[in-house]
Amino acid sequence: MSALIEVKGLDKAFGGVHAVEGVSFAVEAGQVYSVIGPNGAGKTTLFNLISGIYTPTKGEIRLNGESTAKLEPNQLAERGMCRTFQQMQICMNMTAIENVMLGRHLKLKSNLFSTLFRLPALLRDEQSCRQRAAELMEFVGCGEYLDTEASAMSYGALKRLEIARALAAEPKVILLDEPAAGLNGTETASLEELIRKIADQGTTVMLVEHDMKLVMGISDRLLVLNYGRVLAEGTPEEIRNNPDVIAAYLGG
Amino acid sequence: MVNRFMQSRLRDLVFLAIILFALPAFLSNPFHYDLATQMAIIAATVVGLNLLVGFAGQISLGHAGFFGLGAYFSGIMTGSYGWSSIPALLVGAVLVGIIAWIVGRPILRLKGHYLSMATLAVGFIIAIIINNETWLTGGPDGMPVPSLDIFGWELSPFGSYSLFGMELDGNQAWYLFAALVLLVAVWFAQNLIDSPIGRALRSVHGSEVAARVVGVNTASYKSLVFVISAIYASLMGGLYAHFQGFITPAVAAFDFSIVLITMVVLGGMGSTMGVILGAVVLKLLPQVLADFQELETVMFGLILMLTMIFMPKGLLPTIQMAVSKRMKKKAGGQA
Repeated sequence: MSALIEVKGLDKAFGGVHAVEGVSFAVEAGQVYSVIGPNGAGKTTLFNLISGIYTPTKGEIRLNGESTAKLEPNQLAERGMCRTFQQMQICMNMTAIENVMLGRHLKLKSNLFSTLFRLPALLRDEQSCRQRAAELMEFVGCGEYLDTEASAMSYGALKRLEIARALAAEPKVILLDEPAAGLNGTETASLEELIRKIADQGTTVMLVEHDMKLVMGISDRLLVLNYGRVLAEGTPEEIRNNPDVIAAYLGG
Repeated sequence: MVNRFMQSRLRDLVFLAIILFALPAFLSNPFHYDLATQMAIIAATVVGLNLLVGFAGQISLGHAGFFGLGAYFSGIMTGSYGWSSIPALLVGAVLVGIIAWIVGRPILRLKGHYLSMATLAVGFIIAIIINNETWLTGGPDGMPVPSLDIFGWELSPFGSYSLFGMELDGNQAWYLFAALVLLVAVWFAQNLIDSPIGRALRSVHGSEVAARVVGVNTASYKSLVFVISAIYASLMGGLYAHFQGFITPAVAAFDFSIVLITMVVLGGMGSTMGVILGAVVLKLLPQVLADFQELETVMFGLILMLTMIFMPKGLLPTIQMAVSKRMKKKAGGQA
């Protein structure tokens, strides 16, 4: 069986700068796979490539064996990939629960006719969509905000809301870009628990993170980037003992 | 409880219906009815434009073009080719929808000023065609349009009608008809906004990249809302032509596009009731400013500027916020 996500010889250049260079790795279904590295190592660029926001300069990404080269982000979503952003992307012109309901966009069948006349079938779908969204908000721990305007929510709650929105799409793989950034110790601990819960449900998790403690605790495998290149790849144990990684992180 | 009712969509619709049907008590002559009817038709156009501008966050500076196309299609087909009004309105709307889709696909890829420019150009092209194709449109002199007939029943400002035993003159009947049209336009718009399609549209405004990663095909949704708002404009243009009985290229002109967008911004982008208020205020303003006639356009510009500076959310949302703040303060004081 081939890996869920397979990356081969990936290259992304911005002008003369190679943000990502010759990166290859594979993520098996069901894993928690983390990408770490110093600032500017190319982690977020890598995520943007995988999620179709950037187009690779060279190389190939396969999702479930299918090349993603010609696919738009929304088509990747149809194939079971969803993500969050380091710079949160929340629709501030909507309420919290509407943001999560937006995540179920692909699960809802609606046509213009039933929408304009607000037919009962549409209302039933909306009702169950809302219920599912409320469950997810409870699951990620922001259940008390249901009808709060997103613009009135705290940073920590919005981070969770973004995860709920991604989960609402029922993805096979969820990409979390620095979910712990800006969170305090307690919040990070509960985030760790949340990521574990997501993984336990069978969703593959890809994580970009700075928080070493968090990453080492929950990852099945890690990819270490430095200056856009792969420095090391392996289990947390292997990474911890890798001399190159130690050198890059401690300065050798 | 009160809050829940305040937020319900039905409240807006009921509120609007009460105002619309109570208004005749304050209208004393045909001129008032004429103005009120125009307001209702323009308001419905702006409700459609607001779907594009206020909810999906895309701009159109050429919307009068679609209004004008609808007006002229209805005028030409009923006047020169003997079509009945309803088929002319519907076929016109479909054609304008198709034109909007063809034009919208490429230009909605643009953002910000570039999109403004492109829509501006679309409006100009339509206005120029209407001005120049004299054989068809009468050119700058305009053309007469027959009165509205609804499957053989004729609605004309010069007719006289009876409704539930009430005697109505043509202007009054037209006003009631336009009020009904506005209510339906608002109802459709509200249904659209509060639906999966509406959420997708609003997400294009809120965060396009977020919308895309959860599977929203943002390009098609932008086209969809562009087409819907163009269809609103086309239908209202057609009705306007029948109501006025005479149209000139002014209905498709740049100035009118600016008036429409000003109504949206002034009333409150993304607030259906707000943009109706915007339409009413800007329609009334020329009456109030009649003395400064040459400065009317300057006034429009000035009002738009001042609103942007002091009430960036628009008239109605600002008023609503002030009221709810005061109510909260009162509630806090009592507790």
